[in-house]
Amino acid sequence: MKNDNLSVFTKGIIKENPVFVLVLGTCPTIATTTNLIGAFGMGISALLVLLCSNILISLLRKIIPDNVRIPCYIVIIAGFVTIVQMIVHAYFPELYEMLGVYLALITVNCIILGRAEMFASKNSVGKSALDGLGMGLGFTLALCAMAFIREVFGAASFAGVPIAFLENYKIEFLVKAPGGMLVYGLLIALVCVITHGKAPRKKQFSCEGCPSAEHCHSGICANTENKKEDK
Amino acid sequence: MAKLLRLSVSPHIHSGRSTAGIMRDVIIALMPAVIAGTIIFGLRALLVVAVCVASCVLLEAVFNIITKKEQTVGDFSAALTGLLLALNLPAGIPIWQCVVGSAFAIIIVKCLFGGIGCNLVNPAITARVFMLVAFGSMATQSYPTIVDTVAGATPLESIAAGNTPAITDLLLGLKGGAIGETCALALLAGLVYLLVRRVISWHIPVSFVGTVYVLSLIMEGFDFMRALALILSGGLFIGAFFMATDYVTSPTTPAGKIVFGVGAGLLTFLIRYFGTYPEGVSFAILFMNILTPYIDSFTAHKVFGGKKS
Repeated sequence: MKNDNLSVFTKGIIKENPVFVLVLGTCPTIATTTNLIGAFGMGISALLVLLCSNILISLLRKIIPDNVRIPCYIVIIAGFVTIVQMIVHAYFPELYEMLGVYLALITVNCIILGRAEMFASKNSVGKSALDGLGMGLGFTLALCAMAFIREVFGAASFAGVPIAFLENYKIEFLVKAPGGMLVYGLLIALVCVITHGKAPRKKQFSCEGCPSAEHCHSGICANTENKKEDK
Repeated sequence: MAKLLRLSVSPHIHSGRSTAGIMRDVIIALMPAVIAGTIIFGLRALLVVAVCVASCVLLEAVFNIITKKEQTVGDFSAALTGLLLALNLPAGIPIWQCVVGSAFAIIIVKCLFGGIGCNLVNPAITARVFMLVAFGSMATQSYPTIVDTVAGATPLESIAAGNTPAITDLLLGLKGGAIGETCALALLAGLVYLLVRRVISWHIPVSFVGTVYVLSLIMEGFDFMRALALILSGGLFIGAFFMATDYVTSPTTPAGKIVFGVGAGLLTFLIRYFGTYPEGVSFAILFMNILTPYIDSFTAHKVFGGKKS
C-alpha cells in the first residue's frame, strides 16, 4: 500500500510528467520559461493551487453533482488561484510583475483541471494530495529544465546573474517563442528516451479520463485508435 | 534504406546511379561557386566552408554511432548539406555560429526525422532560416570583397534604394552577400553541369527564376535591366538551382515541379517587395518544402487503366 502511494507521488515527476508526457499546460510552459526565476515561481504557484484544489475536490467528490462538476472545479480552482495571487502580490511583488497575467491564468491551466477530472474526483484525499504534490513538482521541474536551457543559452545568464563566458555565444532565438517550442520538442524527445517509450499511451487513459465518456457512443475513441494503428 | 527498397520481381535494369554519385555531382557543380567565393571574399570564406562541411559530416557520424544506426556519412549527403549551408552564409560569420547551424541542420532537421530521404524540409535551407532568426545580426552582416575594402550594402539593398547595379558586377559576383550566392556565372556553370549530367531537370530552376523575373518586371514598370539585376542578386540562383531541386523535398512529377517553382518564385517576390526581410528565397523554399507532399498528391500521374477518381 505504501509502495502504491509512493508511485502515485513519483509518477508525476518523470513517468507521467504533466508537461513532457501528458503534454498539458503548454501555454505557461512556453510563456514563463524565458528565465529561471519566473519559471520557478510559476511552478511553485501552480503546485500550491494543484495541491489545495486536489484535496478539496477529493473531499467534495461525493457531493458535487456529475452534471455540473466542471463549473464546480473551476470555482474551487479559481478560489485557490486568487489566494495564491494575493500571496505572491503581497510578498513577491517583482515575481508578480514578471508573471503578470499568467498567474491568473493558472485557473484554466489544463494540468489542474485535468488532475481534478482524472484523479482527484476518483481517489481518496491522501492519494489526491500526493498526486497533486507529485504533478506540481513535475511541472516545476519541467519548467525549470526548460527555463535553464533557454536562459543559459539564449540570454547567457543564470537566474538573472549574467554568465560572462557565454556572453558572446548567445542564441537569442531560444528566448523567443519558436525557440521555446524547439526546446520543448527536444525535451519531450529526451523524456521519451529516458522512459524508453514506456510512458502511458493516450489510449490507456483516454476513455477513463475523458469528460465526454458518458455521452460517448460505443467507444468512438477506441475505433479511431484502431484505425490509426491500421495505417 | 537500400535493403528496404529492393523489390525485385520483374527483371529490372539498374541505372548505375547511386545516392553518393548524385551527391558527388552536386558537390562538383558547386565547386565553381566555392572557388569564386574564395576569390571574392578571401580565405575566410574557405574557412567557413571547411568548418560547416566538417561539422556536418562529423555530427552525422556521431549521431549514427550513438543511435546505433547504419553509417550514412559515405553517401556525401552530409557533406553537401554543410557545403550548401556555408555557401549561404556571409564570410564574416563567427565560427561557432557555423557549428550551431550545422548541428541544427544535421541533427534536428535531418537525423531526428529519420536521416537521408526522410527529412521534411531541406536541412541547409532550414538551418539558414534558423540562423537568420537566431542570430539577428546575420542578415545585415556584410564582409569586404576584393574590390570594396569596406563592407558595402548587398545589391538587393541598393536596388531597393533606387540604384541599378552594373550587370557585369552581378555576373562576376563583385558585391556583398553570402559566400556562394554572389557569383552568378559560377552558379550558372554549376546548373549547366547538373543539367548535362541529368541530375536535375529544368522545371524548378526555370519556373522559379522565371516567375521572379516576370513579377519583378511588372513591378519595375518593364525596366528589363532592373528586373535582370533583381534575379541576379540575392540568393535566388543558388536557391533555385541547388536547394529547391533537392530530390527529397521537391515534387517528383514535372507538373508538380513547375507548381513548386512558380509558388517559390511568387513567395520570393512577395517577401522581397512586401516583407521585412530584404531576401525571401530561403523562406520561400522552406514553405514550398512543407507543401511538397500536397503538390505531389495533386499532380500524381494518372495510372494507366486506373480507376477514375
